[in-house]
Amino acid sequence: MRAIGMILAGGNSRRIKELTKNRAVAALPIVGNFRSIDFALSSMTNSHVQNVAVFTQYNSRSLTEHLSSSKWWDFGRKQGGLTIFTPSITDDNNLWFRGTADAMYQNLSFLKKSHEPYVIIASGDGIYKIDYGKVLEYHIEKQADITVVVKEMEEGFRSERYGCVKMDNDNRIIDFEEKPIITSSNTVSCGIYILRRRHLIELIEKCAEEDRHDFVSDILVRYRDVKAIYGYKLDTYWSNIASLEDYYRTNMDFLKKEVRYFFMIDYPTIYTKVDDLPPAKINTGSNIRNSMIASGSIINGTVEDSLVFKKTFIGSNCYIKNSIILNDVYIADNSHLENCIVESHSTIRSDYYHKCEQGIDVVIEAGDRFIM
Amino acid sequence: MVKKEMIAMLLAGGQGSRLGVLTTRMAKPAVPFGGRYRIIDFPLSNCINSGIDTVGVLTQYQPLRLNTHIGIGIPWDLDRNVGGVTVLPPFERNINTDWYTGTANAIYQNIEYMESFNPDYVLILSGDHIYKMDYEVMLDFHKKKGAAVTLAVMPVPMEEASRFGIVVTNGSRLITEFQEKPENPSSNLASMGIYIFSWKILKEALMANADQPNLDFGKHVIPYCHEKNEKIYAYEFNSYWKDVGTLHSYWEANMELIDIIPEFNLYEEYWKIYTKSQAVPPTYVGNDAYVERTIVGERTGIYGRVYASVMGGDVLVGEGSEIRDSIIMNGAHIGRGCYIEKAIIAEDAVIGDNVRLGTGDEVDNDTRPDIYNHGLVTIGERSVIPDGVSIGKNSVVSGEFTASDFEGGALPPGSTLIRGGERR
Repeated sequence: MRAIGMILAGGNSRRIKELTKNRAVAALPIVGNFRSIDFALSSMTNSHVQNVAVFTQYNSRSLTEHLSSSKWWDFGRKQGGLTIFTPSITDDNNLWFRGTADAMYQNLSFLKKSHEPYVIIASGDGIYKIDYGKVLEYHIEKQADITVVVKEMEEGFRSERYGCVKMDNDNRIIDFEEKPIITSSNTVSCGIYILRRRHLIELIEKCAEEDRHDFVSDILVRYRDVKAIYGYKLDTYWSNIASLEDYYRTNMDFLKKEVRYFFMIDYPTIYTKVDDLPPAKINTGSNIRNSMIASGSIINGTVEDSLVFKKTFIGSNCYIKNSIILNDVYIADNSHLENCIVESHSTIRSDYYHKCEQGIDVVIEAGDRFIM
Repeated sequence: MVKKEMIAMLLAGGQGSRLGVLTTRMAKPAVPFGGRYRIIDFPLSNCINSGIDTVGVLTQYQPLRLNTHIGIGIPWDLDRNVGGVTVLPPFERNINTDWYTGTANAIYQNIEYMESFNPDYVLILSGDHIYKMDYEVMLDFHKKKGAAVTLAVMPVPMEEASRFGIVVTNGSRLITEFQEKPENPSSNLASMGIYIFSWKILKEALMANADQPNLDFGKHVIPYCHEKNEKIYAYEFNSYWKDVGTLHSYWEANMELIDIIPEFNLYEEYWKIYTKSQAVPPTYVGNDAYVERTIVGERTGIYGRVYASVMGGDVLVGEGSEIRDSIIMNGAHIGRGCYIEKAIIAEDAVIGDNVRLGTGDEVDNDTRPDIYNHGLVTIGERSVIPDGVSIGKNSVVSGEFTASDFEGGALPPGSTLIRGGERR
């Protein structure tokens, strides 16, 4: 592959509420055993991008723990590999990353000393599977300065959470609005960009000179009429975890067969850190319908239309409906949970009742746990 | 100079012919177990959990699966700069080129490998057993007793003792007598095939017996050491240990894992069993499905009803199918509307729609009643079973078949239908 990869995983999102209190958005658990960054990393490795940098800042510990070994994504290479950039104090700089462009500027030497002609920039909180080779081909064919991967959204999407683009018939981007309240376009940027490495270095250095720090507003939006920026339409699944509702809906999407098969069964699949867990154990008294059960879990109750993440225990006579139970949760007997996300490592006492009437509640309970 | 206090030699070359078609294309240690493991995962995980980071795996019979499974040892953290796991097949030499002709002969042929680590002790293991054991505790025992050889032994019911190699010990656990499958056993301590040798003793014994045909630990090396009055001690092990040598014991050991609190607990944090796995998506249970008393590997899709079974990963159970008391290994696909009872379905087998397995009465198998018994139906790896057929109890089917292979759409109990044998 003639490109290096950069994954922007530094941001925080207040709209995800409690779930990002102790973890980065890119480290949010997804569908049992995965973390959201696995999708960006797996797309990179499946497209044979060999040299990948991850920029992280907010709650970076959760992410660096997950990335402690690069071998799970096949990045344990002599050529290239996986590098994690957190803000560091240097002779020239003692600031945090002030924005995405600033993060790249503070690590400009990584860009400068690479020799691949192109750079793929991706966000760490998108759920997608993409062949970057095809995007690069498209980029070269269009003779684009910058190519932005875009996705057409359904009517009524929340435009204020996305970068919205307008394209002409040739897919050249003629307008780019960042998080507009109202927009006439239903095409959004997926936060995935390809451009020439030297070009990126120029743009970033110019930004820094002008004391600008954000890649989207200070480069894409600002240069939209000057540069040839093209949109590459992604026609497969894409979801961005920008809010608690997004997080819930994205996880629940995996109960649909086409989504599940697209990510989990159709080659190439998504990789993650391997946890060496025993098989899921489903005991007498269980009744599971339309649900996913991750390994290491022990189920004794009813689970409907829900996701049960790894190493979770669900006691007898429990009723779990439309809920996401994160990893290492213990739910004692006779509990009822409906429309909830149960935070990882929670311990829920017996006879607990929680039904969220509107939307989704995050349940965090730190009861005493008695180990058998 | 490289120095490892104790290295392990894992004998993984045997066929395990009593597992029937399960070992047609793989050695017994590579046979899947407990949903997502292979038998060899247990001794390998025991090694790394016991602090042994140098393991030689001796392969001979159908080694491909073992080789790809072990690789460079990443799943067990046995990818090391010095030591780690090494697969040791028989090899050609200037004189005396030979296959591994016996357990001790295989070790003898790899003296050079062992010597390169300059060990004080060598642990001999076999790749056929399901257990968790801290070999370091056994080594401490060996050192404390000042033993030349230590055998791991476990108490078995007295009435079954005549099926085992039995040791008789004195009060301090020094072995005074060996009895191989004795008619009238004078002890119930059975040897588990796990030995710690002080390296000098092992090397001397192997060299001295080099010309013995089919050189075997139980038959030759241990008796040789005993005759020389070396101190041989018995280390008693009292936890779960299962020999999965026959199809029925293999089926039973799998079924024990689905008990509410299984005797062999895979869910403990501190003694993990490692295995090779790449993708780890959760298992999906469909809307009209029902699952109980079952353990399930990863990325399986269950759309039918499953009771009291052990399922691997990447399995598919179609709508309206019912599975009871069965072992379904990785990658097997079961069609719709099937009824499957007490079956062992090996990896990547494809069962058509409306197939019935385990019908009729228990009739002795027509070719190998000693292997295919207890009412089990065994379906070999990558077999294809056409739609609508029924297969009786104590039958074995292996190979790709079409409806025309089944007269009247049924295979009577106790039948053998094996095609192809080894793949070309």
